[in-house]
Amino acid sequence: MAQTLPNAGSDFRDPQPIRTRKKALPFPLNIWQSAIGRKWVMALTGVGLLGFVLAHMIGNFHVFEGAVGMHEYAELLRELGGGIIPRTWLLWVLRFGLIAMFGLHIAAAYTTKEISRHASDKAGYIGGEKSYPGGRDYVAANYASRTMRWTGPIILFYLIFHLADLTWGFIPSTDYVRGDPYGNLANSLGNLPVAIIYIIANGALALHIFHGAWSLFQSLGLNNPKYNQARRGLAAGLAGVILIGNLSFPILSQTGVIDQSKNPCAAETTEEGAVACFEALIHEEEGE
Amino acid sequence: MSETLINITLDVWRQNGPADAGHFETYEAKEISTDSSFLEMLDIVNEQLIDAGKIPITFESDCREGICGTCSLMINGQAHGPNKGQATCQLHMRTFKNGDHITIEPFRATSFPVIKDLAVSRAAMDKIQHAGGYITVATGSAPDANLTQVPKEAADLAMDAAQCIGCGACVAACPNSAAQLFTSAKINHLNLLPQGQSERWKRVEEMVDTMEDFFGTCTNHGECYEACPKEISLDFIAFMNRDYVKAKIKNRKLAGQNG
Repeated sequence: MAQTLPNAGSDFRDPQPIRTRKKALPFPLNIWQSAIGRKWVMALTGVGLLGFVLAHMIGNFHVFEGAVGMHEYAELLRELGGGIIPRTWLLWVLRFGLIAMFGLHIAAAYTTKEISRHASDKAGYIGGEKSYPGGRDYVAANYASRTMRWTGPIILFYLIFHLADLTWGFIPSTDYVRGDPYGNLANSLGNLPVAIIYIIANGALALHIFHGAWSLFQSLGLNNPKYNQARRGLAAGLAGVILIGNLSFPILSQTGVIDQSKNPCAAETTEEGAVACFEALIHEEEGE
Repeated sequence: MSETLINITLDVWRQNGPADAGHFETYEAKEISTDSSFLEMLDIVNEQLIDAGKIPITFESDCREGICGTCSLMINGQAHGPNKGQATCQLHMRTFKNGDHITIEPFRATSFPVIKDLAVSRAAMDKIQHAGGYITVATGSAPDANLTQVPKEAADLAMDAAQCIGCGACVAACPNSAAQLFTSAKINHLNLLPQGQSERWKRVEEMVDTMEDFFGTCTNHGECYEACPKEISLDFIAFMNRDYVKAKIKNRKLAGQNG
């Protein structure tokens, strides 16, 4: 080979690394220092977040029991811990865990994406993203896997909107009343533009899960030829169930199944008023 | 099958050395026999270029029977061309039709600098091999045959991994320029056998760390498997991921231990 490459000096035999190796941190922090370790963290936090998405969806089905059922479910979340742990403490522990998982998931995704960018950006001295100017032919990569880095940020922005809308009440157009989750949901999702945002975002979430729930098995090394066939079906099933479940809320709000007219405490405008109204209704039922 | 002659148009990436910007040049390949291989077609085009007093296209090839891993062409956006489980040298012109337009590019990744035209340096892959793609044996007299028992399943799986010819198609096909399929094949064909056990955890850690010095991160698209001329399974990537985190646990330095 040497005779055909007169100018190929030591450069080609001594390739330059795309990133410098840092001093190894003590276990288990050294797992984070490698990209495979980060993918492992991404997969584990993905499992946790998937669990949250499922639990959140199933919990929200209480909305079909009506405003009182939704209020009772919301109270149950605050009372998690069965009276041993003070009110709302366990809920906050779960919330902080969720925030940590989100942070790690995003940090792992961003940093590994950057490594891949460096591994590709000087490809053939074209500059920028890796590209084959003659055209790139994807064979195996599906739409979901190629759009992970877009569906991810869409979910993040949607999440901020979702919290502002139904947790913090920052969206001024909806009459947000703390303590009345049914009314807030009906008001917000009864609004067509908001419902469209929810539908688009949940589509992105389902796509993200379609690839993520399959990919995490590979990242964690959970590979057994006996069960490998089931992984794609499991991911598709999870994505489908979550898509249908989560889309039921905006669609049924639009069609009037979930509506403020069915909320007996819709007139209340303060947290104290709403809570007192629901408690009175619950007492009434128990009195019978 | 009778021989037919076809005329095709080639868009070939020409780059005069690693610092050159590079560009496409169009060539007409006339009366190419459908029985010729893709590389023979390029040989014919090169002969015509030489006859016309032009510089021939630089491309790599060696054994031309799919076992050396030297040939490396991106044909119409697919590493080693459209056929599955074939290296470029095993691709024949009967795959193409008369009048086809074929784009030929080098394998691309930051760690695959273009040497000239379609030849790229794959020395970064050698670095990964140097980091642990070997076993340490006592080199005395030849050991007795069948001294080390190998379970059939392990032998089969190790042979599947050992098929890797190190061509770099996995890196070229990967949108992230990750070398996971190559590295996992090289790790697993030793890690699955008894002879590879003594260095198993050191091997996986050092080969993966070296891989990450040069290549991107896996996002499980599966493009590498489709491009691989030896159809190395994605399962080996999962085995490597599992062994890597296990190695981190096994190789951790306990408090009070030195080095």
